[in-house]
Amino acid sequence: MSNMSTVEKLRSSASLRKKISIGVRLFIALLLIIFSIFPILWVVSASINPTGSLATQRLIPRNPGFGNYRELLTSGAFPFWTWLGNSVKIASITSILSLSITTIAAYAFSRFRFKGRKTMLKGIFLIQVFPTLLAIVATFLMISQIGDVFPWVGLNTHTSLILIYLGGAMGTNIWLMKGYLDTVPRDIDESAMVEGATNWQIFVRLILPLLRPILIVIAIINYIGTYGEFVLARILLKGNEKYTLMVGLQIFAGAQFDQRWGVFAAGALLGGLPIMIIYLILQDQIVGGLTTGAVKG
Amino acid sequence: MTSTTTHGSESTQTTLLSPKAMQILKIILLVAVDAAVGYLISRLLTLGYDPLAIAIFVIFVFVNIVLVVNKLYPLRWMVVGLVMMGLFTIYPILFTVWVAFTNYGEGHLITKEQALDQILDSSYLPEEGKAYQWTAFKNEDGEYALWLIGSEGNGFLAKPGEALTQPQAGEAGISAFDEDGIPESIEGYQRLNTIQAAIDQNLTKILFGEEGQTIQVRTPSEAAELLPKYEYDPDRDVIVDLETGAVFQNLRGTFTSQTGQELKPGFTETIGFSNFKRFFTSPALRGPLVRIITWNFAFAFLSLLLNFSLGLLIAIMFNEPGFPFKKIIRSLLIIPYTIPALLTILVWRGMLNPELGVISRVLESLFGWAPPWFTNQWWAKVAVLLINLWLSYPYFMLISSGSLQSISDDYYAAAKVDGANSWQQFWHITLPLLLVAVGPLLISSFVFNFNNFNLIYIFNAGGPPMANTPTPAGHTDILISYVYNLAFSGSRGIDYGFAAAITIVIFFIVGAITLFQFRFTRMWEEVSENV
Repeated sequence: MSNMSTVEKLRSSASLRKKISIGVRLFIALLLIIFSIFPILWVVSASINPTGSLATQRLIPRNPGFGNYRELLTSGAFPFWTWLGNSVKIASITSILSLSITTIAAYAFSRFRFKGRKTMLKGIFLIQVFPTLLAIVATFLMISQIGDVFPWVGLNTHTSLILIYLGGAMGTNIWLMKGYLDTVPRDIDESAMVEGATNWQIFVRLILPLLRPILIVIAIINYIGTYGEFVLARILLKGNEKYTLMVGLQIFAGAQFDQRWGVFAAGALLGGLPIMIIYLILQDQIVGGLTTGAVKG
Repeated sequence: MTSTTTHGSESTQTTLLSPKAMQILKIILLVAVDAAVGYLISRLLTLGYDPLAIAIFVIFVFVNIVLVVNKLYPLRWMVVGLVMMGLFTIYPILFTVWVAFTNYGEGHLITKEQALDQILDSSYLPEEGKAYQWTAFKNEDGEYALWLIGSEGNGFLAKPGEALTQPQAGEAGISAFDEDGIPESIEGYQRLNTIQAAIDQNLTKILFGEEGQTIQVRTPSEAAELLPKYEYDPDRDVIVDLETGAVFQNLRGTFTSQTGQELKPGFTETIGFSNFKRFFTSPALRGPLVRIITWNFAFAFLSLLLNFSLGLLIAIMFNEPGFPFKKIIRSLLIIPYTIPALLTILVWRGMLNPELGVISRVLESLFGWAPPWFTNQWWAKVAVLLINLWLSYPYFMLISSGSLQSISDDYYAAAKVDGANSWQQFWHITLPLLLVAVGPLLISSFVFNFNNFNLIYIFNAGGPPMANTPTPAGHTDILISYVYNLAFSGSRGIDYGFAAAITIVIFFIVGAITLFQFRFTRMWEEVSENV
């Protein structure tokens, strides 16, 4: 290869440089991946470590086993199934109701022309800017007052928690939904209208099926957000039977963190993994939704 | 357009019932809901929760108008959402504004009427005044009755919780009177002799007669009618102690005497801008508050800078089309973002634990020293920033790589022709164009971190605590976690009013940043145009 032309020499040195560059970047990627998943690996390791305390943990445990999982799922002090059930129940109901409210309202905003429409849209936008967390004292007092009349919507009820989550439903995703609806051609509505269909029929039979992709994304983002919500649930719910998984794990972690680290790790994994898997499978859709303004929670 | 809609058009889709029947069903439903809401409102008013009752009333007047007036048909599509938003988002915001101007908090939780009711309820036993001679009777259940003889010589029977009666011998189980005019016996009761009565521990504590006209044993020979202890003078807004003559002035929701004695309970009262004045001027609070606010801004800004820088760096490094393992690398790198943050923050707390956590132990074995992540204020701040970096760089990586792909290659081609190196290309092409695209998301992220309660509270509850603060405050506390402590920790008195005032201040800060966002990105105009 001694009679290589200058151009070829340049080319091969460029490709070598490129290879080195890719190699370096792959190495950096490896470091970053370690940074990203080390805590997760550490939790996995803790969850199968039979000694179960924070002090005795090592990355690859001696005599790994599922004792922590057994204790988590069967011991009465840690009603994991109840907490998980509460979380799934609250997140599912909230997610479905919130989606219904948002979609129906967004359809009206997209298709009807009425007085005050712009003002309302802007108003909703502004209200959504304020973090609901800030009004938490007022929310707490309101629920305790309503509960004095109707105890089933008072403090320590899942109903009240769901209602408060729904209070934010309109604000969070209506713009995203309306934007999507605006891209659905109106010819569809108009031709159906000519044939005598009502608005409701058009919405349910023609428009709704077209919205399926965005409905799924918003539902999942809502679900994940509600599932991971902690502050409101922490303030409104009292007692093991009512806690969501996040509240239960946080309180458990506060009380006996050091000794029962292994059990906590098992709980955190079982609680977090399903969400992680949903996320990784649907990452493109979810990312698309998040970057256009959907709210994680 | 499609705005031509007629009332009741949605009912025709149900074929089970005729439109007329649907109409009637709807009205019945509306009346039922209104009845339930009416009940709720009336109960709330009796309990003294006026603001909430008014809010619900206004919202349901709106609902009824929307459902009855045909012209408002489009609003029917969103009425549920609007009710939810009104009740659970807007009302709490307005209520917070109101609370900020009151002394609402521990010892000031009830209305003035309720407090007056409780205070005026108390009575005292006058040392002089209308008195009776008494004789005690006791039944087998340990219940007492008194036979009272007034100054005119009339005999009365007094039982707890019942009005006085004036029975004759032979009536109501009363036997013949003895020479002093006292019944020998009362049916079911045993007459106590003077000594028994004098040593009976319970007797002096019992209130005889019906409420408002109670009689209590004062001395072994005398019983007397209790008198109301306090009198309220609405003109002067003071309470007068009728026993001692002391005057209690209304001092910011507590009736307080000249000597500083307070009548419990206090009540909620508007106190103007006092909470805000306290926030801005109280010397005891200034130290901790200035530190908290400074750290709040520093935390939000540094988080944004670090997280965005790392995310952008990664996005640029792996943006090249055809980079090996691109998809896998991305999937692995977004993992921190996919797990509920609460769980991972708790995991980090475990890993940083000074004696037991893996990070501390590794550093210890390598360098013989590990940072005190929880007890030293600076290291606690570093830890919070580190965890936040781990939690959110994937988000910035995702949004940056999305925007990078939208930057046209022509710019880079032109730059190469002009001889720009890659650093110059980044600085003059990539970054400005990227900032335009992701600017609004960056500002939302700043606002999010400005109120990132979860991280601060779960990692170390705002700690390590600052020394000698009038209310609990920690070195990593941000305003919102400080507010949370004020409102819910209760260790040094719950002060909703002050907490709400700080909340309003946060509202303004967040609002200002958001307005800036609108200007900066012209998003508002875009929003308005798209309407």
